[in-house]
Amino acid sequence: MKKWKSAISAVGVSAAVISGGHGVTRSATAADDPIKVGFVLTLSGGGSVLGKELQQGANLALDHLGGKFAGRDVEFIFEDSQRKPDIGKQAAEKLVRSDKVDFVVGATFANVLLAMANSVTRRKKLLITPNAAPAPLAGKKCTPYFFSVPFQNDQSSEAMGQYLTNAGVKTAYILAPNYQAGRDLLAGFKRRFKGKLLGEVYTPFEQTDFSAELTALAAEKPEAVFVFYPGGLGIQFVKQYAQAGLIDQIPLYTAFVVNGATLPAIGDAAKGVLSAGHWAINLPNAANKKFVDGYRAKFGSTPSEFASQGYDTVNLIASAVAKTGGDVSDVEALRTALKLAGFESVRGDFRFNTNQFPIHDQYLLEVDVDSETGELAVLARDVIIEDMPDSYAGQCTY
Amino acid sequence: MHLFIEQLLNGLQFGILLFLIAAGLTLIFGVMDFINLSHGSIFMMGAYFSLVFQRLTGSFFIAIVLAGIAAFVLGVLLELLLARRLYHRNHLDQVLVTFGLILFANEAVTIIWGTQAVYSGLPESLEGQLELPFGISYPTYRIFAIGVGALVGLLLYLFIQRTRIGMLVRAGATNRETVSVMGVNISFLFTIVFGLGALLAGIAGAVAGPILSVQPGMGETVLILSFVVVVIGGLGSIRGALFAAMIVGLIDTLGRAYLRDILSTILSPAAASDAGPALASMLVYILMAVILFFKPEGLMPIQKKR
Repeated sequence: MKKWKSAISAVGVSAAVISGGHGVTRSATAADDPIKVGFVLTLSGGGSVLGKELQQGANLALDHLGGKFAGRDVEFIFEDSQRKPDIGKQAAEKLVRSDKVDFVVGATFANVLLAMANSVTRRKKLLITPNAAPAPLAGKKCTPYFFSVPFQNDQSSEAMGQYLTNAGVKTAYILAPNYQAGRDLLAGFKRRFKGKLLGEVYTPFEQTDFSAELTALAAEKPEAVFVFYPGGLGIQFVKQYAQAGLIDQIPLYTAFVVNGATLPAIGDAAKGVLSAGHWAINLPNAANKKFVDGYRAKFGSTPSEFASQGYDTVNLIASAVAKTGGDVSDVEALRTALKLAGFESVRGDFRFNTNQFPIHDQYLLEVDVDSETGELAVLARDVIIEDMPDSYAGQCTY
Repeated sequence: MHLFIEQLLNGLQFGILLFLIAAGLTLIFGVMDFINLSHGSIFMMGAYFSLVFQRLTGSFFIAIVLAGIAAFVLGVLLELLLARRLYHRNHLDQVLVTFGLILFANEAVTIIWGTQAVYSGLPESLEGQLELPFGISYPTYRIFAIGVGALVGLLLYLFIQRTRIGMLVRAGATNRETVSVMGVNISFLFTIVFGLGALLAGIAGAVAGPILSVQPGMGETVLILSFVVVVIGGLGSIRGALFAAMIVGLIDTLGRAYLRDILSTILSPAAASDAGPALASMLVYILMAVILFFKPEGLMPIQKKR
């Protein structure tokens, strides 16, 4: 009798601690001379693929700049948030208060960014996100000291909805994990999709098998399926979608599913999967060619969009420092300079909206064999929307 | 109608996967009174092993068998080096050590294969759809997974019911002391049982690999559900684990498939689509609570003689 009771309580305790983690943060000694850029990225544990791509993109940009901003030496300080909000916040506090960095770049994930943003911006320090870009910071909680380089989270799902509307698609079935970003992304899709929704399904975040959803979806016979499944969830969804024989029957449109981090694990099943985004390796501009070639030469692999965002972020900062002539003491002057976005983005046209989120083109992206390397890659096919702003800029009044 | 049959198949396939993992867990608990949280890690290792052997042998099927054998060896080593020192300790000590093993296994996998998910595909013969009677077409691989699970389950049943070692396992689960007093080499028996549990988890991992994403930490999500299965079935009872796994698999799948429609007959559509997924994800745990309320020792507890 006692035995199973203690067993059940032991299992309960273990379930509670199962999300435990590990990791080491690195720090650098303070020096007065160089311009300091502090990064808060997810560099260990789940999601660290993204953090490492961002880091490599940033390092490549500094290489291409000769290691200097406006003739001054630059020091990068990388902190690991382990995708945990509390650790990310501590790291941001450390960068601002003890390392006294001139710019904070972060974070990889929205939960970390939302936890740390205030620690930086309320001290009137500049915070630039290279990846996470949740709605609150674009709208009601926007601040003059926060900039987003990549996008606003909803932009790609809005563009996807717009594309299907333009293509005259009448019916769609949409799915996402049951959490804030899942609801935001599907709301973004619905904002622009004018056809009929045959189903809108939210699956539990820890669910890894989608057989029941796929069976139900196939029975509705929609013209298009749109999903948002980040990371491992996306790998599982696309594989199971292909195994169920659906990929040849119903085109699969996605947001944050196929990218440099997930594509190798999905393999051939991903061929033909469509998405919308601001960047691809085949965008024909000089800055992008330099970036892609440089990345392949330095790291021996094809860059993902995360690397491109890390690269753009550092180039944006360098352009602002160049505008102020290497002076980083006046935050207001730096902020004005950042706002001009006077750098060559690898995505082509780039400017900041009033909320300091990007206005940029959204492309239709398709997973296909890259003729240059013979490998599967996410390739840009068409422009869906030119100079697209996000939907929250109107709510931003600082 | 055939939509419903397809959903039943989905539930069956999920249940069989859960059974393979839960059977080892409950076996190890029933015989050794040992809580093994690292069971999910062995599931993960099974998936990785299968990929390694696929590359070495070029055969998907041989790789599943070899992955099971490798998991068996891993289980035996784990028992010899670590677990047997913990049998006389309390459950929380066991949880602490095996939780440490989870961290160790995830980090080891990260070091060897990286944090990024690894590609795990299907051989051509298992791709595509199988045409079943009544106009149902169902993914070939999922039929294969059901078949493997059923075969392994049958072998396990024959092993436990018909062999001498199986008899000792049953005897050990009922009364450990008497079995050792009868002159049975109990520590050898424990090693075999531990290895057997690992074998089942390893095969489950190898079979689940092409459906799931093979990455560090993939064992944790299935571990929690398999503990639910073990608790519902009755700690230590393999037959209970089989029934509980089927119930959990079917309830979970059918809940996800139909709960929203059922709720929308009594609620407004918006409320139903809000409550549906939330309730569907809770359904299994509600089931566990109800069963434990009426049968605190699970559906089919083994008869313990103390």
